Order: sequence, then C-alpha cells, then structure tokens
Amino acid sequence: MAADSPVLEIHDLVKVYHMGEVEVRALKGVNLTAQRGEFVAIMGPSGSGKSTLMNIVGCLDRPTSGSYRLDGIDVSRLNRDQRAEIRNAKIGFVFQSFNLLARTRATENVELPLLYGNLGLTAVERARRARQALARVGLAGREDHYPSQLSGGQQQRVAIARALVTDPAILLADEPTGNLDSRTSEEIIGIFQELNNAGKTVILITHEPDIAAHAKRVVYVRDGVVWRDERIVQMKAKPGAVAGEPEPAVAFPFTVAPAEEPVREEVPQ
Amino acid sequence: MKVGLLRLWNITKVGLMAISRNKMRSLLTMLGIIIGVGCVITMVAVGTGASSSIQATINSLGTNFIMLFPGAATTGGARMFTDQSRITPEDADAIRAECPAVAYVSPGARTNAQIVAGELNWGTQVWGVGVEWPLIRAWNVADGDFFTDVDVRTSSKVCVLGSTVAQNLFPNGDAVGSTIRIKKVPFKVVGVLERKGGNMMGQDQDDQIIAPYTTVMKQLLGSPRISMIYISARSAGDVKEAQTEIDSLMRQRHRIPPGQESDINMRSQEEIASTSEQTSRTLSILLGSAAAISLLVGGIGIMNIMLVSVTERTREIGIRLAIGAKGRHVLIQFLLEAIALSVVGGAIGVALGLFAPYLVTRFAGMPTQVSTGSVAIAFGFAAAIGVFFGFYPARKASRLDPIDALRYE
Repeated sequence: MAADSPVLEIHDLVKVYHMGEVEVRALKGVNLTAQRGEFVAIMGPSGSGKSTLMNIVGCLDRPTSGSYRLDGIDVSRLNRDQRAEIRNAKIGFVFQSFNLLARTRATENVELPLLYGNLGLTAVERARRARQALARVGLAGREDHYPSQLSGGQQQRVAIARALVTDPAILLADEPTGNLDSRTSEEIIGIFQELNNAGKTVILITHEPDIAAHAKRVVYVRDGVVWRDERIVQMKAKPGAVAGEPEPAVAFPFTVAPAEEPVREEVPQ
Repeated sequence: MKVGLLRLWNITKVGLMAISRNKMRSLLTMLGIIIGVGCVITMVAVGTGASSSIQATINSLGTNFIMLFPGAATTGGARMFTDQSRITPEDADAIRAECPAVAYVSPGARTNAQIVAGELNWGTQVWGVGVEWPLIRAWNVADGDFFTDVDVRTSSKVCVLGSTVAQNLFPNGDAVGSTIRIKKVPFKVVGVLERKGGNMMGQDQDDQIIAPYTTVMKQLLGSPRISMIYISARSAGDVKEAQTEIDSLMRQRHRIPPGQESDINMRSQEEIASTSEQTSRTLSILLGSAAAISLLVGGIGIMNIMLVSVTERTREIGIRLAIGAKGRHVLIQFLLEAIALSVVGGAIGVALGLFAPYLVTRFAGMPTQVSTGSVAIAFGFAAAIGVFFGFYPARKASRLDPIDALRYE
C-alpha cells in the first residue's frame, strides 16, 4: 500500500438492518475519504447512521453493499476472524465508557491487543511497548495502577494508550469525552490533537460541537448520508492542551455569528 | 508455530488471571469437583482395602480349605436349621480314612467360657480341635508348642492361647507354662498362636483358645457332638473332588439317600471368599457411583458458573473482541478457565483423597488402600469434565457479537 493512498476510502456504503418484517436503511450510500494524518470528526444526531458508520469503519460490522478500503485493504467483505485481525492491527479503539478490564493493571490493559496480535512479541517487549504507550499519554508512573484507582480522565488515557500500542493506521474514538467533565474532556481531546500533530490519523465520533471543533475536518451525517463535510482551519495551535481553562479556539460550528466563525472550506466530494 | 504457542500461553495466562481475580467464586466452583474426586479416591481405597484384606485372608487360609457344618435337619417334614449337630469326631476320622482327596482333618468343638488366670479374667471362645488343625489353618505357634497327638488321645488339660487372649491374661508375656482356668477346669498353657488379625467378617481371630477336642468335649461340653469339621484338600484343584467324596461318605454314614437333602453343609474357602469379595465389590461400585455422580454434579456446577461468568463478563468479551481477539481466542480462554478450575479442583480432590483414607483407617479401623489407578481416573475424569462442561459456555462466549457485547450493561 502506497503511503500516499487514502487511509480510509468509503464508497457508496449501504447498511440495511432487518428487524423482523421491517427493513431499516441505516446507511444509504455514504462516501468518505480520509488521508493519512487527518483528524476527522464525524457528527450527527442520534438515528443519523453515525453509530452504524462507526461500527463499519471499526470493522465491527460489515456493510450490506459498497466498498470500504482501510489502509489500502478492502475490508468490506472480510469474515469475522479476518476482521478481528484488521481491528487488532489497523484500528485503535477508544470508547466512551473507557472499557478497561477491571482488576487488571494499566500495563496489562495496554498490553492486551499485543496478546492477540501476530507480532509474536516476548513478554518483556510487550511490557516495554505498554510502558512507552502509557508514557506517551502522560501516565508514566501509574503503570501498576488498577482502573479503580484512576480518575476517569486517567482511565481514558489508559484506553488511548491501549489503542496506540499496536501503532494502528487509525485511531477510532467513539464519544471519548462523553463520560468526562469539560475540563478533562479538553485534556483528552488535547491528547488526540497531539497524537494527530505527530502524524496519527484520528477519527472522532461525537455529537458535541465543541469537541468536534478540535478536529481539522468535520463530517456531518444525517439520514444515512454524508450531509456536510467541511475543513476547519484551527485558529490557534494549542500546545499542551492539557492544563488551563479551555480557550474557545474555534467556535461552535453551528453558530450563526459569522465574525467568530473559523475559516471553512467545502471539501469537494 | 512459535508465535501460535506463545499466543496460546498468553491466552492461558489470561484465563488463570481471571481465576485468581475471583478467588472465592473459583473455590466454590471447584468444591463439587474437589468433593467428587476426593470421594472417588476414598471410596475406591476403602473397597480395594476390603478386597485386599479378603485376599490376604484367603492366602493365609489356603485355597484348599473346606469347612463342614451341620446342615438343615428334617424332622417330621419340617426343614430347619438346628443346634442339634449330628456330626461326631468319628465322622472326622472316617473322612480322613476314606476320602483320598483329603489331606488333613480336624474336628472343631466350640464353647464359650470365662477364663481366669490369677487375678485376671477374660471371656472368649474355646475351640477343641485335632493336631492337624495348625496345618489346615496354616497357623503356627509363636511361642511354646502346639499340643500333641498324645494330648488328644489322653484328653490332656492343655491349651494354646490366641495372642489377644494371651495379651489380656498375661500382659507380661509369661503365658507359656502357666495355668488358666476354663469353666473352673485348670488347663496348662503350652503355646501362644501367631497374630492373625481380623477375619473377613472383622472378627478378631486371635481372641480364642485352642485345646484338644477330646478334652473340650469331655471337660467343657459333655456332648458327643462337634460344631464343625476342618478339612484340607490335597491341593486347590482337589477341593471339588474332596467335597464330592465327603458328601457321599456323610450320606452313607448318616443314612441319607441320594436325592434327599444332606444334613451337612460344606463351604470351601474359595466360595466364602468369593461371596464376600462380591459383597465388597458391590459396595465399592455403589459408593463409587455415588462419588461419580457427585463428580458429575461438580461438572454441572462448573458449567453453571461458567455460563454466569460469560454473561457477567459480556462487556469484557466485547472489549477483547474489539481489540482483535478472534472467536477461538475467547473460546480457548473460557475453555482453559473451565479446565483450570476442574484441574485445580481435581488436584485438591486428589490431596483430599490421599488423606481421607488415612482417617478412615485411623478412626473407623477399616483397611484402605489408595490405588494409583483410581487417582489417575478421578483426576482425568475431572479434567475431562472441565472440557466437556466448559465447552458450551466457552462457545457461547466466542459467538458473541462484539457490537452487542460492548453495549451490554
């Protein structure tokens, strides 16, 4: 796969659920392309097909029709086990409810994806990578803590470290700040920004506009199709982004105050 | 391959970690298996102990041993067992003289008596026998001598003590040469028998006194009848032949026509042994099956807990699936958890099964013998139960949909 090929290439994606006699068309032909190093926020009201899209992007589910290439690989027709392999190698999940294993140390949680991978790492190497990933999210020194001993923000950092440890093609974050207060949310979103600045592709699913505003591009999903897709030019880089009162670097994308609006440009579909 | 093994080991560790995280629940889950395995081993040990002590008795008696008892007597058309023995010492002499398949014969005349020796006394049974009795019973004196042919002919008041009797009447071990009183009749102790231990029925064979049958009949019983005749065939192969010869001889002597029921009963040692061995085997099978059922119930317990565990850990399974665990990884993890539970439970059960028979012997006085076979089978069965009853919950876990599992509250 060429380095310049899109990391995410979705074409005419359709997902139909059958609920008894009723047919629900959750996705009605989604087209979406993301380049390496992009920071895309996917927004949409509930029932928009956002979650369905996220499940398919995360290889947790298969589309009814249409194509989906992840990191150059067509993953739309893979079976259960093949999708598990793709999830392990190419996708780093961060969930709203952290989803750490209880009564399991931070390092062990972070190591978990490596246990299922094909890399054949030794225990020492796994531990080293886990520590490295934890250090990267600012949790050096808390490796042996259990989730119950960590704050929500710290737990989410462990989850981000777990997503990072396999060096995946995309970080897929599903409402990662949904369970956090606004200050901690800023910290977490700041980590994603830093990772993105370091070259990681981040896909962020959220319904909070001020969270989406931290991305470089916002894709609005509505009624099973991409309704709007716009780039945001960040007014201010936010170094650190961890501490301090969150400054409104960008305004709420839906606000109607043009003077405050960040510069946007329509992305040609 | 190396990667595969490494991964298998990793998943094993994941399973072991899950067990150690839920120690109490794991212990309760294992309890069924622990008790099952422990019971199987203990019950088999009790059964094996019983049958090996029977085997030891047979060997000590010799397989060519035959006992002749008075049988059912017909009096006026009513058949019944009577105390009225029709066997006499002359019958014993006739068997010795006329049955070629018979090697040794000894009359047996039994009575109960209170024995007095100095200040001590002891109630026991007194057997009047002939000089061939030690050969038939394969039982020698440990101290002193057995009485002689002359003692029998002259009805000497001599006796040989069983070791229990000797111990109770002569705690200092100076039995031989002393005089004891049996029903007020003084008898000289000429010897003490070797220790033999309990017989198949659990009676102490050492709790008896042996004296010449002539003396017992004249001095203690005052009857011409005897209780039984001890017979020894020439060899184990001659037992059947000897029984036939004795039967026809006794019919002739007691004037019982062929076709009519004889007034004597014969039991060969082999018959007695096989009967009681069969009894003990039936008992073992009964106890063993009860234990096996508890093992099975233990297995179902494991399945129950594993099913609960799968439901309870649906979220965890979802996380594992999301970060790249394949169905078979989850399957192996839960299967290994079930196997580990049953193997650890089995190991504890084995420890229990090795210890419990010791207690049974110590406090219930029953002979036990732990067989390696039963340990291996019980342990193997426990492990197999882990696989069998762990498979269904594990498969259920492995087939969960990651999206639903992640959403599970």
